[in-house]
Formats: sequence, C-alpha cells, structure tokens
Amino acid sequence: MSQVSLVRQILDHANRANPYPLYAELLKTPVVHDGEYGPYVISSYWDIESLLHDPRISSDSANLAAAGPDAMPQAEDDTGLPPSFIRLDPAEHDRLRRITNSAFGPPNKPHRVYDMQPEMHRIVNELIDGFGDARQIDLVDQFAYPFPVTVICRMLGVPREDEPHFRDLVDPIVAGLDPATRLAGGAEFQKKWQEARTQLGMYLAGLVEERKKHPRDDMLSDLANSHGPDGSMSTMEVLATSVLLLIAGHETTVNLITNGMLTLLRHPEIFQRLREDPELSIKIVEELLRYEPPVQIVPQRTNITDIEVRGVTIPKGSMLWLVIAAGNRDPERFADPDRFDPDRQDIEHLGFGSGIHSCFGAPLARLETQIALSELARRLENPRLVDDPPPYRENAVLRGPRHLNIAIDGVR
Amino acid sequence: MAADYVDWLRREGRIAIVGASLAGLRAAETLRAEGFAGSLTMIGDEPYEPYDRPPLSKAVLLGKASPDHTDLPQRRDIDAKWRLGVAATGLDITAKRVRLSDGDEVEYDRLLIATGVRARPWPNEAEAGLDGVFVLRTRDDAVGLCRRLGAGARRVFVVGAGFAGSEVASACREHGMEVTVAERAGGPLVGALGGVIGAVAMDLQLENGVDLRTHVTVTALEGDSGGKVRAVHLSDESVVETDVVVVSLGSIRNTDWLAGSGLGAGPRGIATDAGCRAFDFRGIVTDDVFAAGDVARSPHPLFGYQFLSLEHWGNAVAQGETAAHNMICPATDRRPHMWMPAFWSSQFGVNIKSVGVPPMADEIMITQGSLTERRFAGVYGYKGRIVAAVTFNNAKWLEYYQRQIEQGAPFPVGYPTMDRRPEGRQPMPADFPDPSLPTHGPTVTLSGYSPADRRMVFTPAHH
Ligand SMILES: Cc1cc2nc3c(=O)[nH]c(=O)nc-3n(C[C@H](O)[C@H](O)[C@H](O)COP(=O)(O)OP(=O)(O)OC[C@H]3O[C@@H](n4cnc5c(N)ncnc54)[C@H](O)[C@@H]3O)c2cc1C
Repeated sequence: MSQVSLVRQILDHANRANPYPLYAELLKTPVVHDGEYGPYVISSYWDIESLLHDPRISSDSANLAAAGPDAMPQAEDDTGLPPSFIRLDPAEHDRLRRITNSAFGPPNKPHRVYDMQPEMHRIVNELIDGFGDARQIDLVDQFAYPFPVTVICRMLGVPREDEPHFRDLVDPIVAGLDPATRLAGGAEFQKKWQEARTQLGMYLAGLVEERKKHPRDDMLSDLANSHGPDGSMSTMEVLATSVLLLIAGHETTVNLITNGMLTLLRHPEIFQRLREDPELSIKIVEELLRYEPPVQIVPQRTNITDIEVRGVTIPKGSMLWLVIAAGNRDPERFADPDRFDPDRQDIEHLGFGSGIHSCFGAPLARLETQIALSELARRLENPRLVDDPPPYRENAVLRGPRHLNIAIDGVR
Repeated sequence: MAADYVDWLRREGRIAIVGASLAGLRAAETLRAEGFAGSLTMIGDEPYEPYDRPPLSKAVLLGKASPDHTDLPQRRDIDAKWRLGVAATGLDITAKRVRLSDGDEVEYDRLLIATGVRARPWPNEAEAGLDGVFVLRTRDDAVGLCRRLGAGARRVFVVGAGFAGSEVASACREHGMEVTVAERAGGPLVGALGGVIGAVAMDLQLENGVDLRTHVTVTALEGDSGGKVRAVHLSDESVVETDVVVVSLGSIRNTDWLAGSGLGAGPRGIATDAGCRAFDFRGIVTDDVFAAGDVARSPHPLFGYQFLSLEHWGNAVAQGETAAHNMICPATDRRPHMWMPAFWSSQFGVNIKSVGVPPMADEIMITQGSLTERRFAGVYGYKGRIVAAVTFNNAKWLEYYQRQIEQGAPFPVGYPTMDRRPEGRQPMPADFPDPSLPTHGPTVTLSGYSPADRRMVFTPAHH
C-alpha cells in the first residue's frame, strides 16, 4: 500500500467507522508526505506532542493560507469577523485567550463551570424524560446534540427562548465545517452558510450591545465589559470569540458523548460498573478522550522555518497534519493501546491537544460528558445498539456518528 | 552471591531513611511499590509526618492554606516505623548503625540519607534571637511568621531577594504591608537567573510597591529594650525601622551529623555517583549508603558531568525514586538519576519557571515575548549550546526548550519563533554575579570538573 493512498483512505468516508487500522499503518511511517503539495502527516505521540509545544509551528490563518490550498474547514473566513484566537499566534492569541479565560475560569471565575453542575443535571434529565415511552431513540438528535448547545447558550447568556432560532443558524455553520458538504453543496451552500454566519454575528451583536448596558452574570457580559490588565476586546473580537465558543464549544462535545455511549454499549461490563458507580465517569471520559477523541486530526498548523522530524526535513511553509487519534494509540506511548481501559494509570492523552492551543473548553466538555454518560447509564433500561457500526458523519477531522440509534426498554 | 543478597534484602532486609520529608517519603513509597518487604524505618527530626514546603512561602503566607495542612499526600501505605521528632546524630558505616538524639541506634542493611538543607540563619546569634526575626524553611517557621504577620505587623524587612525572599515580599505586599527588601546583588533572583532577568524581577517588585535596596548588605539587626527587633542597619548607612525581619539568605546542607562517618559529606552536600550511591571521603563509592534530594550532589551528563546540587522539589522526588529503585535491585538494573533540573516560583502574580542550569550560562536570548511585558521565554547559552531556559507567564513553551537542552541544541538560536521581538534577535550577557562573591546563594550549585576536562593536571606526591 503506498503512503499516498493511506492518507486518502483515512479521508474516505468508507473508512470512517473504523479508521484505527489505518492509523496503525500510518504509525509505521511517522512522517508521511502526501503528494507534492499535500500535507506532512505526523502520527506518533511524541512527535505530535513536541510539535504542539514548538514555537516554530504557527496556527495563524494568514500563514496557513500561504502554506497552500487548505482542504480543511476555515470556520472564521469570509464573514468579516476577525480570526478567533484558535487561528492566531502569540502575542494576539495570548491576549484574547486570557481575556476570554477571565470570563470562564480561575482565577477570576473559578466557579463558573462547576456552578453549572445542577443546571446540567436538570437539562440532561429533562432530555431523558423527553424520550417518553419510546422504545428506540436517536441519541444524537435527541440528546448528544441538544444538551451541549443548551449548556453553552446558558453559559454565554443566549436567552432560552431564542434557542430554536439560534440552532437554525448554528446548523448550517456546523455543516460548513465538513469539507465534503461544502464541496457537494457548491455556491448555493456557500451562500447559505455565509448568511447564517452573518446573521449569527448580527444576532450576537445585539445581545452584546444589550449586555454592555445591562451586564448580567454570563460570559457575553463579561467579554463585552472586560477591562483587566490586558485591556478590553473590541466588539468584533467579542463576536469572533463568541462564535468560536458556540461552535467549538459544543460540536466536539456532541461527538464525545456519542462516541462515549457507543463505546460503553460495546463494553457492557464497564457500562454496568458506571451504572453502579457514577464516579467512574471521570476515568471513563479521560480514557474516551484517548481511545475515541472527537477531534481526530489537527490540520491547521504550518512551520515558519524548516524543521526536522525523525530525520525528515519539512520545508518552511508546509501544511502539517497532526493525527492525534493515531498518537493516542501509539504503542510507543501507551501499553495495549487498542484496549478501552478506564483503569489505566497512565492516561496523558492528546484528546484536548497540548500547548498554548490546548482545548479551552476542556473543563466544560469533561463535566458535560461525565454527567451525560453517568445519567444515561443510571436511567436507560437495557439499552442496546440498533446498528453497529452506526452511520458516521462525513467529516474525518471531527469524527462521530451522525445517528446513534439505541433500543431501550424504557427510562427509569 | 550478589543476586542472592539482593533477594534477601528485598525479602527481609532493613532499610533506614534519615530525613522524613519529600525525598524520603517518595523513596519509601517506591521501595514498597517495587516490592521491598523488609523493615523500613523513617527517621525525622521534625515532629510531623512529611509535609510540602513550597506552599509555605506562597499559599500559606497568603492565607489561602493553613501551615498545618500542607501534608504530602501518601501515595501508598509504606508500613514504616516512624521515628519522628528524633534527629540522627551520627553514622557508623562499618557497623551499619545510625545513632539517634534520644540515645537509640537503628541498624540498617541499606541507608538513604535525605536530610535536605536548613535555612541559613542570621550570622549574629544575639541578633538572630531577637523577637520578630524569622527564617522560613519549616512548618514551625511558617506558623510563627504567619502569626506575627497576622498580629498587625506593618512593616516587614526581607534580607535576601532569592526565590524565597521574593515570594515572602510578594505575599506581604498582597496583604498590604510595607515591605523592604535588601539584596547584595544588583536585583532579585540574580544568583539563580542572572542580571538580565533580575532587572525584570526588580521592576516587578518596584511596581508592586516594594522598597527594594540593591547592592547593599544588612550590617546589623537592632532590638528594643524588650528584645524585640525594631530596625535594620544597612551597609549604605541607612536604617530602616521594621516590625518583622525575614532572613532569606539561602541554605546550609544538613550534613553536620555525618562528621567523622567517613562519607564524602560536607558543606556542599553528599557526593554521589549517578545512581545515588554516596561516595566516601576517598572518592570511592559505597554500596549501602545512598543520598537523595537537596542534600545530595551528583554528576549530570548534560552539564559536563559536573556535580549538581539542586534545591528543587521535582529533583527530590525523582532522586528519591531512583535511589529507592537502585537500593533494592541487582547492579545491572540500576538507573542513573538524570533528571532535568526544573524549578518554579510564583510571585507578584507572575508564574516563573526554569529548566536546565541557568547559572552555568554566560549569555541569554529572549526567544519569545518581551521582557517589558514580563511574558517571555529566555534561553541561556554556554559554549555554543543551550543549557537552560526560563519563562515568565509563558510556561507552556518550556517543554520545547527542555528538549532543546536535552539534544544539546546550538546557541544562539538562529531560527524564527512565534512572537519573537527585535530585542530577542541577539544574545546578550546573562550577567551572573561572580560565583566567588557571596550572595544569598542560587538554588543550583555547580561543583566539580568533567572527567573529560584535561585542563587539570594531577601529579600524585611521591613519598
Ligand atoms: C519556603 C520554601 C519554598 C519552596 N518553593 C519551591 C518552589 O516553588 N519550587 C521548587 O522546585 N522548590 C521549592 N522549594 C524547595 C523544595 O521544597 C525542596 O527542594 C524539597 O523540600 C527538598 O526535599 P528534601 O526531602 O530533599 O529535603 P527537605 O524537604 O529539606 O527534608 C529534609 C528533612 O530532613 C530533616 N532532617 C535534617 N537533618 C536531620 C537529621 N540529622 N535527622 C533527622 N532528620 C533530619 C529535616 O528537618 C527535614 O524534615 C521550596 C522550599 C522552601 C523551604
């Protein structure tokens, strides 16, 4: 099998349900150059980990554009919004991320995530109650999608009654993260996508204006009125940041919850343990982030100078793809890597990335998934997978089932 | 025969650990984790079970943690005989006995020495004894200092602006107390990080309202008629009135009790080989005596095989674990202690971290960020190699620089990096004080020569 075809195969939807044998193959050649203008694909744990801490590696959208045609999603482009901090390098990245963090975590808001806990339990249980006496549910549409969206709305301060409208805008934007959909949808989809972004931006701008006048205890208020040691964000920066939080904030959690349930239903003995001990969800979620990370590939990096990885010189301005899902199952790093084992002691996965861009929302995603899985385990009667494997979404980067049909005997 | 001995030792041997703190505890845990089933005795002169020191000058002084609640978490049951509140006073390496201050003796088959360092006291004993004069090394020190600060002290005088002194100054400022700091060098942290970084630390202190006096020494502490400290006299003839004095002049290695034992132990610590086995005074490695933590000094291949003494938390952990492993394994399974020196501090709202051995360097370059923003990464160079790095509020990059040190990457750094500013394009002198001049003492000490160093000519005397 040639190396070129290996990368193509990973992107091929036919292999979406189980890309892991391909990743294992990839690990045999830690640096793969896919075609003359294609990316350099890095798959081993230690290489990825060190590149994520390497100050010669840029996430700046401008540098990336120069690195050549980008096959991967460009969430922030073409909408008049400035790039969000995920697509910036220091010092701008640091400034924006710090200001955002002062609205989200310690030391300024040490309790913001933690205090959402009762609310999260309530939302989760409302959704489960909503299953009614159905004998079959689609976990994605009925649970894993609405839950994180609702949470992020609450946290940002988007009014509950606006949720349906807001979801209508998010849907096409999220679909736009999928390169295949974008290609297939053509100009028409592009237009729809752009409109949704513009409308979402305008919608948020209205809220931000309102919060400037009447601040409340929510993140939009804090972002709109930030004035710490780093100064404040411009309105456009607030909007770009809010859009990022909305989209990155829930899109990945949907997959984490869905992959989690899928994995648990494939490992009934662990599911049973979780049912008896909700605390086990902490370890389960950590192992999930290693075993089935929602973000499989970090494709948005380029090197601003020649670098050497395992003896291969990667010329300045190359596209780099860091295949974290492969690194997470690198036998050089983890013993018995293809085994799902929540009792693992050594679990420093790459599921949230590492270095300065390590997942901003990690504490929120962890807590959401812990609560979601432990409550599902507690309340669902005799859940079974209807199709295994389930149908997967197109996207190879943000990988997860499109539907997860589960048969149940009822809810407790 | 040797393998039989190790088997026997693991099953029913006697191991004694002197120094019941960080290195000692982690060693004990490792012994048990690796299957040591014999008897284990932990000897510590403090009355407490092992506790953690770094919070004493940070969270504890800030009132965010109680000095009585910095106990080190014990990762497993070590099933030890604890001899707490009893000092080891002597060692007989022939008879394999540790003498204790209460007259008892503890026999051992293998011994680990982890007695750490103690605070260097104010040299004038009468002045050091004045009410209101403190050092900060132990839990008791922290309790005393906290109580005094809480009892309405208005002005605090810190002697010495190393890490500990600067952290004390930071905590006191946060409580709104007036703080004066005196430092012999040109700025805070200069002994550990050099003058370039010292200048940043100096601005930090000044901006936070510290009355910082550099290039001065304290000449005398003055008490009132009731024996309470009331003023500090400086070499520039100024006098500063104060309620509390914190003496932060570095440390002294706890090796006095080993005098006459025949071990290679002295003021610079206990010399060991890379496997933590102590040398005797003839430079011959012992088989049964090991040393770890602040009290040990050992050769490091990355730094020219010079002996390093490190007063670093992470070193105590790693060295304790390595020593324990080597104590109970066959000779061929021994591991070298090759820990990369690393240190952190937090003061005036800044997170400071360093890796490698900054004082070895002669030059520094700011490869990311900027000194004036106090958010940067700096790289230290020596003879064309990167030997250390420091970050202020930029710790997530440190791992990269650590790898550069491990790989012996070239200095100066010629390639571009994210967030490199014009000021960082050229190396500049790192500006460490002349090591022969006394300062409060850096937390890393280099001593000894590389075995490959041919400049030394040794001519044995012929009788
Ligand atoms: C205030 C403070 C802040 C610090 N902050 C940091 C920091 O931010 N980062 C960092 O990396 N490091 C920091 N350190 C250093 C770190 O705490 C030490 O490196 C670490 O404690 C060393 O552990 P050790 O076990 O070798 O020695 P110690 O912790 O000193 O333990 C030695 C023990 O042996 C006992 N002992 C001594 N002599 C005898 C004897 N004859 N008989 C019996 N017992 C004896 C001592 O009383 C002590 O309990 C700090 C230290 C202090 C004091």
